[in-house]
Amino acid sequence: MIIASNVTKTFGKLKALDNVSVNCVKGQTIALIGPNGSGKTTLIKSILGMVVPDSGFITFDQHNILHDWNYRERIGYMPQIGRYPDNMSIAQVFTMMKDIRKKSAAVIDEELIEEFGLNGMMSKKMRTLSGGTRQKVSASLAFLFNPDVLILDEPTAGLDPVASEILKQKILREKQKGKLTLITSHILSELDDVVSEIIYMQEGKMLFHKSLEQLQADTGETKLAKAIAQIMK
Amino acid sequence: MRTIIKYVVVDLVKSRIVLAYTFFLLAMSFGIFNIDENATKGIMSLMNLVLIIIPLVSIIFSTIYVYNSSEFIELLVAQPLKRKSLWMSIYSGLAVSLSLSFVIGVGLPVIIYDGSATGLTLIVAGLFLTLIFTGIALLASVLTRDKAKGIGVSILVWFLFTLIYDAIVLLLLFQFSDYPLEKPMIGITMLNPVDLSRILILLKLDISALMGYTGAIFKEFFGSVTGIGLSALMLFLWTIMPVWFSLKKFQRKDL
Repeated sequence: MIIASNVTKTFGKLKALDNVSVNCVKGQTIALIGPNGSGKTTLIKSILGMVVPDSGFITFDQHNILHDWNYRERIGYMPQIGRYPDNMSIAQVFTMMKDIRKKSAAVIDEELIEEFGLNGMMSKKMRTLSGGTRQKVSASLAFLFNPDVLILDEPTAGLDPVASEILKQKILREKQKGKLTLITSHILSELDDVVSEIIYMQEGKMLFHKSLEQLQADTGETKLAKAIAQIMK
Repeated sequence: MRTIIKYVVVDLVKSRIVLAYTFFLLAMSFGIFNIDENATKGIMSLMNLVLIIIPLVSIIFSTIYVYNSSEFIELLVAQPLKRKSLWMSIYSGLAVSLSLSFVIGVGLPVIIYDGSATGLTLIVAGLFLTLIFTGIALLASVLTRDKAKGIGVSILVWFLFTLIYDAIVLLLLFQFSDYPLEKPMIGITMLNPVDLSRILILLKLDISALMGYTGAIFKEFFGSVTGIGLSALMLFLWTIMPVWFSLKKFQRKDL
């Protein structure tokens, strides 16, 4: 569904992405793992068209994403840090997003809004929200339009255990519907029962792309955290 | 595109800074007109303040706004939107809000107390300056990633157009006072939107005689149809070019 071919991106002297090729298929749940600064977020942003690669190209359903913007209708994106206009209330942010995505808003999925209990604080201004509540808003927005592809950048960072469990259950439910999900996270133990594929990145290079079973077989570890630790040795 | 403009404008109008700016302009205008019995004198004093304050507020406020909404821009760039319409919406939103402040804060008092052609020129010039300096602010903020640097560049640009440029022109005038500089002066004035606005307003005030021979040349040039057309064209170019460059830059920018 999403194919990146030989994508390279440099920021000044830093090579954020070095000849990265990825093939993401519908129905997979992919964990993007790697140390800080390994290019995970840059890869995600390239897929979203927020970063323009120096060379290489990315296709979404066989269409090159360069100069295209309609494909983003089918992506739900949860950024690492979600910041919103200070003077808007939560309700206004949701209305605005619905306004912007009028065409694709046939099915509205407000499950997360309810489960996170955001309904009770809809009139709160964005600037008064805590970091965790902002994350909840970001997560709800990513799932709101029932997109085919979900891209979650550090989704559980800043969420309390209850909320991150809710989010995890939601990801699992969406996985069952056959959606493609891309997750980056540092907390590997959380990904254990969610992901089906692992992409490991280091210093801008993609070291491997394996299924979870394959990785477990290769390393002889059942826990993802231990398996990755094994590889990093 | 209309949707985003709407949200940017609502966000700006609600922010207390735009409101404060409006009230400040209102208080300033009414204050000046009340101090001066003569409305023409009032226009003069108002013009001097408008030519400094409008560019300053437009450029600084817009720069800060663009930087502060960087994450918001990031969020919208990930949505099914053209970058072009997103950027133009932000520009339009800023331009509309600041113009509205200016029309209420300065336009209204001017029409109430004066209402002459000079007053109208002042309003039009102020509106142009708002648009021009908002555009320059967008260019400055898209070119520099660092917020402090971007604001610094904006302040510098404002300094350049309101103070440094005039200082350089004066220096040139004194250095080359043996040569006839009246005609080149027209060209030099044209290159600075603030000076251009000032001349256009002053000439409407019919005090060009005070400016000596240069004033007469100016009167002749800016009073003619070609002169007015050319000035309008220059102001128009000043409005469009920075925004156009910033748009080109934004379309390729990594967020």
